[in-house]
Amino acid sequence: MSDTADTGPVLAADGTPLKRSLAKALRVQKIRALLLIAPLLIFVLISFIVPIISMLSRSVENDIVQNTLPETVPLLAAWDASSGELPGEDVYDALARDMVIAVNAKQHTKLATRLNYEQTGIASMFRKSGRTIKKWDPVADAPFKEKFLELHDGWGDIETWKTIQTHSGAITNGYFLNAIDMQKTPDGIQAQPENKQILIKLFIRTLIMSLVIMGSCILLGYPVAWILANLPAAKANLLMILVLLPFWTSLLVRTSAWKVMLQQQGVINDVLVWIGLVDDANRLIIINNQFGTIVAMTHILLPFMILPMYSVMQTINPTYVRAAKSLGATDWTSFWRVYFPQSIPGIGAGSILVFILAIGYYITPEIVGGTKGVFISNRIAYHISSSLNWGLAAALGTILLVVVLILYWAYDKIVGIDNVKLG
Amino acid sequence: MKLTKILLATTALTVAAGAAAAQEMTIVSWGGAYSKSQKNAYHDPYSEKSGVTIINDDSSAEAVAKLRAMAEADNITWDVVDVVAADALRLCDEGLAMEIDPDTMLAPAPDGTPASEDFGELLVGDCFIPQIVYSTTFGYRTDLVGDNAPTDVCAVFDLDAYPGKRSLEKRPINNMEWALICDGVAKDDVYDVLATPEGQDQALAKLDSIKDQVVWWSAGADTPQLLADGEVVMGSTYNGRLFSVIEEQKQPVGMLWDAQVFDLDGWIIPAGLSDERKARALDYIMFATDTQRLADQAKWISYGPARKSSAPLVGKHAELGIDMAPHMPTDPENAKNTFLYNYEFWADYRDDIDAKFQAWLAQ
Repeated sequence: MSDTADTGPVLAADGTPLKRSLAKALRVQKIRALLLIAPLLIFVLISFIVPIISMLSRSVENDIVQNTLPETVPLLAAWDASSGELPGEDVYDALARDMVIAVNAKQHTKLATRLNYEQTGIASMFRKSGRTIKKWDPVADAPFKEKFLELHDGWGDIETWKTIQTHSGAITNGYFLNAIDMQKTPDGIQAQPENKQILIKLFIRTLIMSLVIMGSCILLGYPVAWILANLPAAKANLLMILVLLPFWTSLLVRTSAWKVMLQQQGVINDVLVWIGLVDDANRLIIINNQFGTIVAMTHILLPFMILPMYSVMQTINPTYVRAAKSLGATDWTSFWRVYFPQSIPGIGAGSILVFILAIGYYITPEIVGGTKGVFISNRIAYHISSSLNWGLAAALGTILLVVVLILYWAYDKIVGIDNVKLG
Repeated sequence: MKLTKILLATTALTVAAGAAAAQEMTIVSWGGAYSKSQKNAYHDPYSEKSGVTIINDDSSAEAVAKLRAMAEADNITWDVVDVVAADALRLCDEGLAMEIDPDTMLAPAPDGTPASEDFGELLVGDCFIPQIVYSTTFGYRTDLVGDNAPTDVCAVFDLDAYPGKRSLEKRPINNMEWALICDGVAKDDVYDVLATPEGQDQALAKLDSIKDQVVWWSAGADTPQLLADGEVVMGSTYNGRLFSVIEEQKQPVGMLWDAQVFDLDGWIIPAGLSDERKARALDYIMFATDTQRLADQAKWISYGPARKSSAPLVGKHAELGIDMAPHMPTDPENAKNTFLYNYEFWADYRDDIDAKFQAWLAQ
């Protein structure tokens, strides 16, 4: 024991301590490995991570108010909104100076769009006022209070000023509050009026329906994967092509095909009426509702469930089941106690894939979902492309991302991510 | 030696490509029959005249979001964009579209009337160059309504006289106005009423009376398809789509022009183009929005030209040979009772009412 301690550190052939020499060799290896993956890493970073972060950061960004009205905002901060009186002359003068610059730079309508999310009517007030303000001289034409009040009633409305004051921070939690059906008002954080509450409902609906879709994919996919794994190779390959076929067909075509199938004058209803199961006057309503979304999305996502299941089932040794049976197990027991547990990693992998894909779907629910079968992603799409409220869209997206990460974490805790296999 | 040669060759290629690119412009539109009408009426004659190659991009449906993304990336690849007036207003507000001076940038009418008068009140906002007037109106299945063909927009809300499903667009615009009119609000008061929470509730309550019987559409092609399949007895869509169902596909569908809502579609030029591209875009616009060209487009699609001076020049359909004037939404016979989309109102109230509308839909 003691004699090794006395001889000091073990030396490598060149006389350096072995530990250091080893560390050096490892470091070189690591750098080489890093260099090899560097192109991919940089690509992913630039084209994926950075855009996502910059998009998500919009959910709190709110510097447009300060940047457009740099003089007004600090002065307005000193104004006491509860006094019931309009801000003083100095605020209006500062506003005139800011607005003249903003109008000439065409920034005032951008700000108006932002504030119109909070108070309906500000958009047209700014747009209309801008045309007159353009002609003002911020020095010679002072004072401005009277002029503003003449220009538009809104400038004499305390609510307008309260809105500007409330939303003047460079960072806001307003979008996140909106995303969970709350709102940031001059009187603090409040719930949205009941007739505007929809987003939480949609979040919950998205989660529940994604779970249902995942469940029906498991039920439909498991037998198919089992057959694929247990057929002779030639037949299995043919079946495999059938499973893969949907991949080669456009998503829109598949979704539209379901429309033709499911609508009231569609194929399924026609057949049911023809064989007399359904009365012509009472055709089934199986599209433009949740059922339509579930059917179409189950069909579209099924391959993502079958493939991981199939590749896991292929690795299950058939001798285990045979051994179980020879030891006296019934067909059911040998399946349930021996075969099924070995196929769980495939179910896990398929479920994660299907669930996460389902949660972000929007084109299929939009086409076949009607009003009750749409997802939160449809609202995100609306705010990105129609209302241009990218802040709210980013907040909704962030929440969705966090929810998925939490579910993934919970899955890891309950099932264990090591139990997931893609083959 | 070899390397120099390769370098020289690539440089030459790049220069050649650059020169070729200088003669190209990208025009964004809606695709389908509409883009075809523009190609026939504007693009082909313009290419012939100027030698500029025109590339079509069918992205108008996402134009606002894409232009914003392009502006943020500082890489605008579009030269001229076809959008509806509401989007043009939005783009103008966002500073994404160039401001237009109609009298210097657009051609006067043949009789010398300046463009600002020829287009008149259709020049909505500061950036929008009107091209066509279209309308959102109703079509109905002639075989499903029997002898009782609807002549009043309120037939949509009358489930007793016209049982069956109807299709409406999945957004508040137009639907709220029709609901109020059919709930007894005078046409001139509609927007005053709709500006109040009570008015919005009233409109939703009226829509609620037919909610179970409504199929909601989001693409313009939905209603024609639903009508052709017999899924709905009546439905709203753009008049040009109904024209093609009735006249080109010969489906048993009739037009209900009552309370049609006029809307405008036209061009914008993105802000921030280089001087050279801007000059080319303006040259194209000057050509494509003159009196004759606007009238030519009506040979291919049943949308009304935005210039007053173009109306008398509207002739026959280029392929079907039918007179196009009676199919224009602006034809006096069709335009007895009309609405003009209220851009200012909806720019203000769109987000607020849309949230209520979507919450109501989800109930």
